[in-house]
Amino acid sequence: MTEVRLANLTKAYGNMEVVHAIDLDIADNEFLVLVGPSGCGKSTTLRMIAGLEEITGGTIHIGDRVVNDLAPRERNVSMVFQNYALYPHMTVRENLGFGLKIAKVAEQDIGTRVTQAADILGIAELMERMPAELSGGQRQRVAMGRAIVRNPDVFLFDEPLSNLDAKLRVQMRTEIKKLHRRVENTVVYVTHDQVEAMTLADRIVIMRDGYIEQVGTPLEVFNEPANTFVGSFIGSPPMNQLDGIVRLADGDISLADGLSIPIPQRTRARLSEGQKVVVGIRPDDLAPRGHGIHDSEASAELELSVSISEPLGTETLLFTSIGGVEVQGKMLNPRMVAPDERMKFVLAVDRVHIFEAAGGRNVMIDN
Amino acid sequence: MPKRLNAVVSWVLTFLVMVIIGLPGLWVILSGFRPNREILAKPAVWVPERLSLDNFAAIFGLGDTQVAIPVANYFANSLVIAVTSTVIAIAIGMSGGYAFARFRFRFKNGVFLGLMLSRTVPGIALSLPVFMVWSRIGLIDTQFGLILVYVALNIPFTIWLIDGFFRQIPKELSEAGQVDGCTRWQAFWRIEFPLARSGIASAAIFAFLTSWNEYALASNLTRSTDSKTLPVGLMDFTAQFTIDWAGMCAMAVIIIVPALALTFLVQKHLIAGLTFGGVKG
Repeated sequence: MTEVRLANLTKAYGNMEVVHAIDLDIADNEFLVLVGPSGCGKSTTLRMIAGLEEITGGTIHIGDRVVNDLAPRERNVSMVFQNYALYPHMTVRENLGFGLKIAKVAEQDIGTRVTQAADILGIAELMERMPAELSGGQRQRVAMGRAIVRNPDVFLFDEPLSNLDAKLRVQMRTEIKKLHRRVENTVVYVTHDQVEAMTLADRIVIMRDGYIEQVGTPLEVFNEPANTFVGSFIGSPPMNQLDGIVRLADGDISLADGLSIPIPQRTRARLSEGQKVVVGIRPDDLAPRGHGIHDSEASAELELSVSISEPLGTETLLFTSIGGVEVQGKMLNPRMVAPDERMKFVLAVDRVHIFEAAGGRNVMIDN
Repeated sequence: MPKRLNAVVSWVLTFLVMVIIGLPGLWVILSGFRPNREILAKPAVWVPERLSLDNFAAIFGLGDTQVAIPVANYFANSLVIAVTSTVIAIAIGMSGGYAFARFRFRFKNGVFLGLMLSRTVPGIALSLPVFMVWSRIGLIDTQFGLILVYVALNIPFTIWLIDGFFRQIPKELSEAGQVDGCTRWQAFWRIEFPLARSGIASAAIFAFLTSWNEYALASNLTRSTDSKTLPVGLMDFTAQFTIDWAGMCAMAVIIIVPALALTFLVQKHLIAGLTFGGVKG
């Protein structure tokens, strides 16, 4: 049973604080993904858990131990680095067995455990090679093998897939997920790629500028983004965000260009007359009539002119604009779209997110 | 066949350059095996008529003629001084190089620049001040005095070279080692040191050769068999009216051989060391 608990965790370099008193509980066997743009403090947080970065304030629990002042080797964690960090002067076998050798495990046990790990990752035939002789995907596997062979309490992954090409990345993503099923362990995984975060995570932690913006399951953060940042960061293509003003009397929110949309039912009680808001519309929820995912739901109609269309096969992305702000819609089951064609778009009103204009907080979420 | 012509031309040029560099050395070595009279003959005898070990025998006091030069003492001095100063310079160079490559500290760039600038001062320019200080504190004509000078002379270069090697090793390797169960110290010796070995070896060779061959400072700071090194010992072959070229050349051979042997032994590392930046960078 290995939970990881961060309490008030703070990191500062000199006067510059880069992680601001974050709290986070990671459950046993949980696959937790820290995601955010570069410089958001996610890697620093991971490195603090690993013990590679000193803690300025707060505490880190791994299991029931406070590990603040323990060296990395005393924390029983293992880490997969972005550049793999395989030891270039050792064979794959020696790389895998290095940690066990340092821990003075008996030669025979090392052999068994290394073989076992190699089998799990399908690298048994590479054992006598040097890291320089391996492809990117193979190196990645060896790095993961080195992590699992020690049977640590916690796995830490620091952007492990970002050096791989797109195809291999998708493949390794699936393998990491399978691996987690198989070795059942607490995982903390750092990435800047929201797709990776969505596909892998039990829970996602979205970070920005050293603060945690939201913690939740992939569907929670997608369906209930806590603020405009999370809304635009999670989901691809990103959420459209438009300024609007609430008109309770008319029961709608007026947008630019004389357009307006009905107030989503669930948010009605939380809005006040004349309130300035940001309306968040996912491209999936804005589609030409008859081409949407949510056609059957409560809807409003907007007539917009399409400047550019990007056919992707099963769907076409449509680019239009409202009040000079670019807006994307999605057409399922697509047909050809003429340049500058005016189309009637259907908006799934109850899926629209309303954020406060000041601060960007989702009106549905209490502080 | 311009490609072939190219090859021929570069061969010839290389040969010419090597002749210019190599001939004096070859002449010294050959002269070491020839009698003085043949070396001094006019017109010059270009191709030796007979090679013998007589000069060496004389130096070591084995032959009929004897040269009263304590070569064994000089050799021992040279060895002790060169090896000790190299070991110290490498130990300090390794710690310093590692620190410059890995740690952030105040005045880092200034200190590094200072070390490099110290190399712009020709060693001989320091000989008088060093002589005065050494004579005050009684280090003249001691092995220790010379070791100290050579360590100081070698450290900036060893730090600079070794720093470059550690810089090439991603710091994640040491971190991976630490997560894998090493202390920082273990991670250094098991991971970073083996990877920087060729750089450290080349730094060591350079330091050793500098100390082994140095003449100017040694000739100022040594007096007797207590501390005189081989290059200084060469001057023993000059008398008021004569110079024993044969003996001197024989002794030069004795100086050259260990250096040459050592260089051959670590040749692979040396080449790797000198081209490291080019290949990886």
